[in-house]
Amino acid sequence: MSLVNFTAREITCKIVYYGPGRSGKTSNLQYIYGRVPEDRRGNMVSLATQSDRTLFFDFLPIDLGTISGFTTKFQLYTVPGQVYYNATRKLVLQGADGVVFVADSQARRFEENLESLQNLQENLLAEGTDIRDLPLVYQYNKQDLPSDLIMTPPELDEALNFRSVPSHAADCLRGSGVFETLKGVSERVLTKLAAGVPAA
Amino acid sequence: MSERLHPYFRFDTLVVGAGNRLSATAARSVAESPGSGYNPLFIYADPGLGKTHLLMAVGHRALEINPNLRVEYLTLDDFVEAFHTALAAGQGETYRRHVAEAQVLLLDDVQFLAHRREMQSELIRLIDAMQAEQCQIVLASDRPPADIESLDDRLIRRFAGGLVVDIAAPDFETRAAILSMRAQERNVDFDRDVYNAVAGLPFGNVRELIGALNRLIALQAVEQSTLGATEAVAFLRGDRVSGESVVVPADAPYAVAVEAGAAAQSEPATPEIEVPGTDGIPAADASEGSAPAEVSQDEFGSFLDEVVARVADQVEAWRSRVAEAILRWEGQGYRTTRLAQLLDGDAPPDIDTVIRAYEEDIERLQAMESEAERLALDVAGSPLFRDPDQVSAAESLLQQAREGVGPPPGPSPLWRLEDLVESGGTRVALRSARSVAETPGTRYNPLVVIGGSGRGKTHVLHGIGNLLAGDPDAVVACLDAHAFTTELIDAIERDRVAPWRARYERATAFLLDDVHVLAEKERTQEELYLLFNKFLGSDRQMVFWRSYPGWSHDS
Repeated sequence: MSLVNFTAREITCKIVYYGPGRSGKTSNLQYIYGRVPEDRRGNMVSLATQSDRTLFFDFLPIDLGTISGFTTKFQLYTVPGQVYYNATRKLVLQGADGVVFVADSQARRFEENLESLQNLQENLLAEGTDIRDLPLVYQYNKQDLPSDLIMTPPELDEALNFRSVPSHAADCLRGSGVFETLKGVSERVLTKLAAGVPAA
Repeated sequence: MSERLHPYFRFDTLVVGAGNRLSATAARSVAESPGSGYNPLFIYADPGLGKTHLLMAVGHRALEINPNLRVEYLTLDDFVEAFHTALAAGQGETYRRHVAEAQVLLLDDVQFLAHRREMQSELIRLIDAMQAEQCQIVLASDRPPADIESLDDRLIRRFAGGLVVDIAAPDFETRAAILSMRAQERNVDFDRDVYNAVAGLPFGNVRELIGALNRLIALQAVEQSTLGATEAVAFLRGDRVSGESVVVPADAPYAVAVEAGAAAQSEPATPEIEVPGTDGIPAADASEGSAPAEVSQDEFGSFLDEVVARVADQVEAWRSRVAEAILRWEGQGYRTTRLAQLLDGDAPPDIDTVIRAYEEDIERLQAMESEAERLALDVAGSPLFRDPDQVSAAESLLQQAREGVGPPPGPSPLWRLEDLVESGGTRVALRSARSVAETPGTRYNPLVVIGGSGRGKTHVLHGIGNLLAGDPDAVVACLDAHAFTTELIDAIERDRVAPWRARYERATAFLLDDVHVLAEKERTQEELYLLFNKFLGSDRQMVFWRSYPGWSHDS
């Protein structure tokens, strides 16, 4: 996907929320949906199973209006976290302008975080993208849980954040850290504009 | 819902005067090319000045041009009621689609949007959706957008992005033309003096004026005799002009400036319609500890601010300039292909020059369109005046319009200056007249002669005219003020004021007899004033004759 379409005077950012199952990716989008004024958001498409697990993906379009003469839109996606949906994850990841890696802060889920992170790297490589070139931020969700159950942000940084990308502690159900994360990834995505992204 | 359009409310039954010229021109323009010009078009005016007439005229005209068009006329109350009914039936989205699929949406009484945030949001969505499809929206209100209480700034910005125009109370000549036209439609005829006398009464709006006419028609039918001006005014003076608004005072002069009577009318109360809450808020919104609305708005607003700052930093400055120029001129209905092409490539060699050249072309188009509006309204609506890449084609079209305007009435060849015998009483006037004919526009301009009737004044005036007309390039306008006013009223009645004015503007000399007749004819005076300034500014000769006993002259 082209970030900037000069002919149509559009800036469209595709941001994918990636991470293991039940880490809170859909909750991020639901919180954002609830906070975006009605006229700025489209319908949130959410294909979930009966047990509320994302089956295919969630999609939330946000219209930020005209900025510097460009119609600016954000498209937020989540991928299904379960291991067996890798084909879907690859598909959703295609053309992403930025990625939020949503990690589950519970200590017992650490291995799943690591697997998902490796899976992200592999899927990007399969698409010909080096993870180091992609705007990426981490979100450490569920920081509201009892401290004896979770790893702290510094611990998670130490264990997962090998490239020292920006990371944000979050509690998605109550909204803490959700917009900070979105701002963080947006900043990195939009900074790429200066690098001269080819026009559509 | 085009069957709701009242069959009477068409452009050909609309009397256009100074008060509604701009709104009528804009309305005609959008009717003839929906979605391509002023979109949305927002018309506001006090009650009874013709908002609904204009709105429906747009619908009729659009359908005349393209009978397959889907035209929807709704009052805001209709819209709210139908939308709520649809929501209650679980068909909200279907109704939204139904309205948004109209190719021309005419929304009346939008002042009732006050304090209705939900409907305001709906309207924003509707405008965005319809604009994206290049469908036309025309709105009417009894007040400007900024005066509608609690109106969302985004709506105000969207209205401003199209065109916001008002309709002022009609002037004397327009009132006279309306009375004449309406009486003809009723197959009733009054003397022209009756129309002039009634038009001189201080009615605040057209509705009251028509009410007065109806009473006169009834009176004439009962009396079974032709009503005179004095009788008509006496009847109306003794009558309450409008049930609760304006009462014509017994000592009201014939020609009084129209008061803002409409403003005194009671404002219709905003109907109390229950507004349901927002729909479909997902789980996170209902979750424990979710932030209050103000906080949520701040979160998004803060995010938006950051994105705005970041984009402004990162988008190359020249691209922003081009994109902003495109938005600006697109919003005003101009084609921007030339600018859009710049965005396809790398930085152009000289962005300032390119944008300046584009804007100069627009200035030329604006000047041409303005002249075309004076010459012929139908030509003025041409999309050629909106395409800076078609300046030459627009010039050709304008030239055709210029050629279609006939000459003004000239001097009678029967009256020649040399046939007049110079005497003590006429010597100064005749010498001045000859001087004017020898060096027009330089020595005595304007030449104002005061003289009594029956002393050959018309002869002198036409004599000067004939001398001036001797120049093969001369176009001499020569007529009396009564004919000038009658022509203007006729032009207003037929919606031909622009070409009428253009006929005089192209004259090289303007000679007007009996100028004192223009007392209390404020619209004719206004036209004369405009003409006067144009003639004076271009050293074209003017001669005015005012009736007064004895001969004298002033220059």
